[in-house]
Amino acid sequence: MTIHDIKELLDARVCCGEEILNRSILSACASDMMSDVLAFAKNQAILVTGLMNPQVIRTAEMMDMKCIVFVRSKMPSDEMVNLAESCSIVLLSTDMLMFETCGVLFTKGLIGKGDTQ
Amino acid sequence: MSEELKFTYNVDGEDFNSAGQASVSVKKNLRQLGIDPEIIRKVSIAMYEGEINMVIHAHGGTADVFVDDEKIGIVLSDKGPGIADISKAMQEGYSTATDTVRALGFGAGMGLPNMKRYTDYMNIESQIGEGTTITMHVKYQ
Ligand SMILES: Nc1ncnc2c1ncn2[C@@H]1O[C@H](COP(=O)(O)OP(=O)(O)O)[C@@H](O)[C@H]1O
Ligand SMILES: [Mg+2]
Repeated sequence: MTIHDIKELLDARVCCGEEILNRSILSACASDMMSDVLAFAKNQAILVTGLMNPQVIRTAEMMDMKCIVFVRSKMPSDEMVNLAESCSIVLLSTDMLMFETCGVLFTKGLIGKGDTQ
Repeated sequence: MSEELKFTYNVDGEDFNSAGQASVSVKKNLRQLGIDPEIIRKVSIAMYEGEINMVIHAHGGTADVFVDDEKIGIVLSDKGPGIADISKAMQEGYSTATDTVRALGFGAGMGLPNMKRYTDYMNIESQIGEGTTITMHVKYQ
């Protein structure tokens, strides 16, 4: 699956990274606790979250993630967008809730176990 | 690399929004040096956890990163309140973080154990009322 496919499935807005939507994705993790992402995530390529602050972007960058999906229609600040651009991370925003977002992605084949590489 | 390289950062303790800036910058520098991505990942996660701790528990401090032939060293120093019981602080789930910090996505009590997990060496020196210095090494092999 590509980030572009994910954008379509979630009917999401692209906040940045339009030019890198063709990257492929195998796995995702979802959390509002960045502490848990840092402690438990293993090579997942997408972070699904309802949390809104620059640490979300930095956490994803530290974990080598490619894309962040913000749920519940939340839109990242300019500061967050600039940071994500500098780290080549795609930011998507969907109107779906966390549970629905995860359900859609899981049903369409994304796994919880990390991408290997 | 024959000479040791050193990067130094000030970690601002007053602005939570900027917390983690030093770690992002270190990650970029290490990538430019062509260091193995798995090593970079370990260094990044350990340093980021430590940097966040300096902001949420110790009003900021300094971060030094050393790169030599065998390892990457990280030294995080602050003049915060110090850690009363280090072995307790090292336990998974132990945290004195406030609800405000939790609402920002941190304070699950996994930071210090995570730093230990991702590094080959970790030492904590702490004096109550004086501050804390954490030294970590990640070896290439
Ligand atoms: N630099 C520091 N200065 C003072 N206390 C610290 C520092 N780093 C960690 N601590 C103490 O150790 C505890 C555990 O740290 P950690 O495992 O990172 O969990 P968390 O940051 O989620 O609380 C903290 O809640 C805090 O009481
Ligand atoms: Mg911590």
